[in-house]
Amino acid sequence: MCLAIPARVVSVDADDMATVALEGIRKPVSTALLEDVTVGDYVLVHVGYALHKLSEEEAERTLRLMAEAGVLADELEELAADASAEATS
Amino acid sequence: MKYVSEFRDGSLARKLASAIAKEARSDRVYHLMEFCGGHTHAIFRYGVQDLVPENVNFVHGPGCPVCVLPVRRLDDAIELALHHDVILCTYGDMMRVPGTKQKSLIKAKAEGADIRMVYSTQDVLKIARENRGREVVFFAIGFETTTPPTAVALLQAKAEGLTNFSVFCNHVLTPPAITHIVRAPVEPGETPVRIDGFLGPSHVSSIIGSEPYEPAARDFRKPVVIAGFEPLDVMQSTLMLIRQINEGRHEVENQYTRVVTREGNRKAQDIVASVLELRREFEWRGLGTVPESALKIREGFSEFDAEKRFTISAKQSREVKSCECPAVLRGVKKPTDCKLFGTTCTPENPVGACMVSSEGACAAYWTYGRKRAAGAVPRGAAA
Amino acid sequence: MSEHERSSGPASGTVDMTHGGGGRAMADLIEDLFHRHLKNPVLDQGHDAAVLEMPSGRLVVSTDAHVVSPLFFPGGDIGSLSVHGTLNDVAMAGARPLSLTASFILEEGFPLADLERIVISMANAAREARVPVVSGDTKVVEKGKGDGVFITTTGIGVLADGVSISPMRAKPGQAVLISGSIGDHGVAILSKRENLEFETEICSDSAALHGLVGDLIEAVPGISVLRDPTRGGLATALNEIAHASGVGVVLNEEAIPVRADVAAACELLGLDPLYVANEGKLVCICDAADAARLLEIMHAHPLGQQAAQIGQVIEDNDHMVVMQTGFGGARVVDWLSGEQLPRIC
Repeated sequence: MCLAIPARVVSVDADDMATVALEGIRKPVSTALLEDVTVGDYVLVHVGYALHKLSEEEAERTLRLMAEAGVLADELEELAADASAEATS
Repeated sequence: MKYVSEFRDGSLARKLASAIAKEARSDRVYHLMEFCGGHTHAIFRYGVQDLVPENVNFVHGPGCPVCVLPVRRLDDAIELALHHDVILCTYGDMMRVPGTKQKSLIKAKAEGADIRMVYSTQDVLKIARENRGREVVFFAIGFETTTPPTAVALLQAKAEGLTNFSVFCNHVLTPPAITHIVRAPVEPGETPVRIDGFLGPSHVSSIIGSEPYEPAARDFRKPVVIAGFEPLDVMQSTLMLIRQINEGRHEVENQYTRVVTREGNRKAQDIVASVLELRREFEWRGLGTVPESALKIREGFSEFDAEKRFTISAKQSREVKSCECPAVLRGVKKPTDCKLFGTTCTPENPVGACMVSSEGACAAYWTYGRKRAAGAVPRGAAA
Repeated sequence: MSEHERSSGPASGTVDMTHGGGGRAMADLIEDLFHRHLKNPVLDQGHDAAVLEMPSGRLVVSTDAHVVSPLFFPGGDIGSLSVHGTLNDVAMAGARPLSLTASFILEEGFPLADLERIVISMANAAREARVPVVSGDTKVVEKGKGDGVFITTTGIGVLADGVSISPMRAKPGQAVLISGSIGDHGVAILSKRENLEFETEICSDSAALHGLVGDLIEAVPGISVLRDPTRGGLATALNEIAHASGVGVVLNEEAIPVRADVAAACELLGLDPLYVANEGKLVCICDAADAARLLEIMHAHPLGQQAAQIGQVIEDNDHMVVMQTGFGGARVVDWLSGEQLPRIC
């Protein structure tokens, strides 16, 4: 449910509205559900409303964690491979 | 697309897939319910099932507001459109859902009802402003993500004195539904649904926060991971759930930290609370009557309540008897367990909502599951 | 100066029931708008029926009704669309289009200035394509019984010997090619309908493809399938072909060209580009050995710059179209049931 997409605020307009941009597309959205929306913020857009700001810091951190999950798995695999190699040598 | 494409990256997917494969214990099966229909859609659309081991099962939950809307309410909306000379505004998702006797909004439109598809409640307000001589009714559906936009529209309508605007309110709530599923008594002849953990909804949680899931996790001892919307989020959340299950933990964890906080969007919550309030109970398709699981319009805004403004007749609303949507919605039956699946009930001629909605389990199974049943989907066979 | 001569300014006023009546008002409308802009030797003969030379080869005929709304959109209008659409239908059979007919159903009250704009657009499209409109008809319906204007065009073409193109001819092992990016037309239409604003406008890709088709067939007369993925998009076209040929198709998501702004618009609207209409693209299924040559020809043509190989045909008794996602898993790309509607969920 709830198709929502992050888009960048390019202008803050009157009457609780703002314009967001996504790949060259500009769309007016309502900011009635948020406070202090500024140009450059990333917001989550759902049915024409900005629902929440997106934390860029957290986005980067999440991507890092994902990359690390793989690394840890690879390391574990290597350790296991080494252990069995030793056992059979 | 920034903050979208990165979370669909294939190489990170492989890393997470290998991490999941390592940590999923081979001596057990993991039944993970993705509550949210959007997650069901993501799982099928990106083929996430292919990237997790066989013993990790996604159980499709009832988080599809289209699927859980009882037939009676859809019949009421169709009646409003056909017999009360209103302009009925609706999101696209509802247009093809079959009501009693397979009537739908799209069929009603063909019969002459003035039914208009909108993207936003702002569009509805615009239509109401431009058609002051007509009644304009908004068919409001959705979980907590979609509710604040309805609330804002009601506030704006009141401020502007848009007396020809009203809302037919069918907003429902997520945490009571989760509780209800876990507690649901087993119908005769059914195997109880086995759920080891929940993938919590992404955008509902952006509004309500992660806190409301804590009682369910604690009381039912099931882990909940609030999962982001993109396929990498689903995979990372799956990994987090598997870890919790392995370690015997049952906490609420937040994977979608770039958007979800513990308290959620307080302003949105307050706006909703100022305009809408809890119904004592509400009938859900598939789950039956669930207490305190839906919202209605407050007294102070009752002039915008379509249920008060129009006399909607009592009806004999009927779902088709052999339609197994109710059981499918609870995760108790698979779409293929339904006699009508693929024969009488297809996406072209849907009998139940689960086949119409792009994230209904039946629709998802129709496109994806048939292939898996017929034989392995060819991997690496692409040009 | 004849008594019928009109000033050459833009038409004013609206269509009314007298225009469909077959009388004087009708003759003037036809003369003024249609003949003036669609001028060609056959049309100028003034008969209802066009007399044409019989070409050598097999005759190909195709007809299409055009009911697009809105009538005017970025990159075209119902006029140019009706010309391109039918020319493409003829071309997808491997035929060279020779002539077109056009019939108009006009709604009472439709502004003549808009009608003139549409006819001029048709004339330009036909002229660029070098295919004349040789016969036409006009009817008027009461207000409320039409959507402004409906246009039906029929195209006649000639198919050379040795060319046998059919949706039933796809075979396992063959390559699936697309001539360019998908989803442009449908998004352009929807953006206009729903008042989405665009920094750089997404334009319809409406175009006549018969020139490109001619080049392709000349290089590889043995092409198996050609199809323009219009309503229902690429997914529907491929499903139809898979079904007709009794095969399966495997697609590579990362190879399918989609413009970034079209992809973004689809995300915002809740649409899948695979199911969005195209009006200036073609799918070509050919032997794997011919793929590189055909791609080279497409790249050299203005309408094929983004051409790519997007998949291959496989054996499959279920006749399914399956796609390897960029993400790593596979998904089934099914028939579209009805019109794709935007989703909030």
